[in-house]
Amino acid sequence: MIDVIYFAWVRERIGLPRERLETEAATVADLVAELSAREERYQRAFSDCAALRVALDQKLADFDASLAGVREVAFFPPMTGG
Amino acid sequence: MAGPAQVRVQQAAFDLGAESVAFAAAAPGAGAVVTFTGIVRDGGGTLSVMEIEHYPGMTESAIAGIVAEARARWSLLGALVIHRHGRLGPGEMIMMVATAAPHRADAFAAAEFLMDYLKSRAPFWKKEIGVDGAEWVAARDEDEAALRRW
Repeated sequence: MIDVIYFAWVRERIGLPRERLETEAATVADLVAELSAREERYQRAFSDCAALRVALDQKLADFDASLAGVREVAFFPPMTGG
Repeated sequence: MAGPAQVRVQQAAFDLGAESVAFAAAAPGAGAVVTFTGIVRDGGGTLSVMEIEHYPGMTESAIAGIVAEARARWSLLGALVIHRHGRLGPGEMIMMVATAAPHRADAFAAAEFLMDYLKSRAPFWKKEIGVDGAEWVAARDEDEAALRRW
């Protein structure tokens, strides 16, 4: 099981802040493909991965990163702190 | 490295004067203290509320990592970051950064470094809610480009 968390407009497009999933996805990109195939709202949120960032266990990562041993995946737009 | 490093992520307002005085007092030997304060712009009167979302847990660790990097690069006697989240009105203080160093060059450079990294590498997202609706603030290319100078 893996916790998937969404922030900002990714959360709004998908319509929920977090969910717990059973997945066989090996990488972040695999997980994105799996979610996008599920429902249109996911496809809309993930339509342009260049506009998205991902964190694995609260550390920034790349979309080709492995999900082996990862407990928490977060998807969000580029950050706008400060 | 000597001196305190503090990171606070909070909804509540902070007292800039009291924070600055306490910070300077906690960095004896400092010849320079630099503070920066970020304030919600009113968008020429069109902004009602700025809503700031963050990633609890990662926010604190990401900022702590940025502060540690600043302390590795410059000779600092202390560093403070306070960043608010939740709903803020125009004119409210969003965040502050303070750095203390023996000399001002290090304090200024470290404060600018902290600001540049907080903009693009700390997991906050701003949504502007105004008279014409609500919109997520887009990250700016200049902010990303600003990181390359370090």
